[in-house]
Amino acid sequence: MITLADMLTLSGVLFALAVAGIFLNRKNVILLLMCVELLLLAANFNFIAFSRMLGDLTGQVFVFFVLTVAAAESAIGLAILVVLFRERRSINVEDLNTLKG
Amino acid sequence: MPEPMMNLHVMAAAIPEIYLTAAICVVLLFEAFVGSKRPGATGTLTLLMLVIGAAVTVAFADVPQRMVLFDGNYIADPLAYVLKLAAFLAVAVSLLYSRAYLQSRDILKGEYYVLALSALLGIFVLISANSLLTVYLGVELLALSVYAMVAFDRESGVAAEAAMKYFVLGAIASGMLLYGMSIIYGLTGTLNLDGIAVALSAPHNLGVILGLTFVVVAVAFKMGAVPFHMWLPDVYEGAPTSVTLFIGTAPKIAYFALALRLLTHGLAGVKVDWTAMLTPLAVLTLVIGNTVAIAQSNLKRMLAYSTIANVGFILLGFIAGTASGYTAALYYTLVYILVALGSFGVIILASRKGFEADRLEDYKGLYRRDPLLALAMAMLMFSTAGVPPFVGFWAKLRIFQALWETHHLWLVVIAAATSVVGAFYYLRVVKLMYFDEAPETLPATAGSFGVRLALGLNAAAVFVLGVLPAPLLDLCTRVMH
Repeated sequence: MITLADMLTLSGVLFALAVAGIFLNRKNVILLLMCVELLLLAANFNFIAFSRMLGDLTGQVFVFFVLTVAAAESAIGLAILVVLFRERRSINVEDLNTLKG
Repeated sequence: MPEPMMNLHVMAAAIPEIYLTAAICVVLLFEAFVGSKRPGATGTLTLLMLVIGAAVTVAFADVPQRMVLFDGNYIADPLAYVLKLAAFLAVAVSLLYSRAYLQSRDILKGEYYVLALSALLGIFVLISANSLLTVYLGVELLALSVYAMVAFDRESGVAAEAAMKYFVLGAIASGMLLYGMSIIYGLTGTLNLDGIAVALSAPHNLGVILGLTFVVVAVAFKMGAVPFHMWLPDVYEGAPTSVTLFIGTAPKIAYFALALRLLTHGLAGVKVDWTAMLTPLAVLTLVIGNTVAIAQSNLKRMLAYSTIANVGFILLGFIAGTASGYTAALYYTLVYILVALGSFGVIILASRKGFEADRLEDYKGLYRRDPLLALAMAMLMFSTAGVPPFVGFWAKLRIFQALWETHHLWLVVIAAATSVVGAFYYLRVVKLMYFDEAPETLPATAGSFGVRLALGLNAAAVFVLGVLPAPLLDLCTRVMH
């Protein structure tokens, strides 16, 4: 039997993995975008788990909105990435260091 | 017989959003069919649309009291009405200032205006949000439009870098917000902010505090409070100045509304907890914002740290936790936007193609080159520093009053001390403009008569509202009660 606690633990692990991925990754900007997606999916998992527990559909409707927004978000992120690559010829996170002060 | 889905006259309160959505479509189509033949016409059309939009808002959205529409997802109240008009004004003025700037950098494209309008729509959704769903959609609509605007100059490497940093950090903030929301939803069983307020007024699960932590972090991130401020200086410096002007003004209204709707309304039941979280954030924000600004040699970056310091003041209004505190925060936000519009407007007017006028030394002897522009900048700097005849003084005073009434004496002391430190770097700009010799090589300032007039009115407003602070203050007090 899968309990609510199991599902919340899984979503917590996903969330932690995503945040760790964003802060530990020093190589590739595309990995950052993937971690951002994982972050949103972890939250979605929470919504679905709670929605099932409460017997309330609004949480699952919210997830549909989040999925749509996440798609738009990756589109914008990849577009910025293309602009960045055309300028720098690199998508290395460590090269994002011209702005300082 | 099925009930009609919705009474039409009930939707009148949501006219600003409906109008704006239609306006975005019109501007987009206009750009597709006419824009390429007549560059600049889209900008004129957008300004016209904003003026009509403000008129439509005045005609339809001025509701006498709180109205909840769309199954509790949307709220129309006097506060939302005032904030929407302020957002219309801020966006219109910032687009007016940036037109020549965009033209000279070859980025005067219709998409810029479409993005600005969709950011405005996001601001509106956020202002009128009454459920976690609308809050999230508003935050994302605003943020996604603004990320694209920062990267709008495709020839600029720094802009792309700034956009990428903004995007990644902003996406983390949205993820945090969403995760916090999911916990709050799970423990209260509703997405509606009224429902959450009711659920939290009864004894509740302590897990709500965990959700609240995520939400507070996200709000601090969006507002630019220390230690979640690292995106702000980079974005302000790297983005084209016209975009810095845009993101430094109208979105602040949205983030004020975000904090107000989420924290003081939905999460009012855990006020003690979020006050305890915001207090160290506000103190750090005031101290770091004001001290790091001194070390900056880039004016845009300096103003970014000044923004951070001002966010600290807005947070202090929330910490006071009374109606008078929230009124002070609203007043401070509106005043800050007025001053920020003017300050970034001056940077735009002082710049030319190939010369961004964003270093402090570019302002040496501005008084000799352009006395009126220097006067406007001096008035704006005096106002942000909080020098008495100007409106910034009253904004700071109201925050102090609210804190004093709630016996937060030590916060008053810290805020006053950091303001004194802050006055140093604002007055340094005035000193550079009036008392330093101008290098021979600096180009003349630009700007058509209309834009200079608008900037003059902007600076004059800072003075007039400072001499006669009562009308705006009364307005803020009225909509907050």
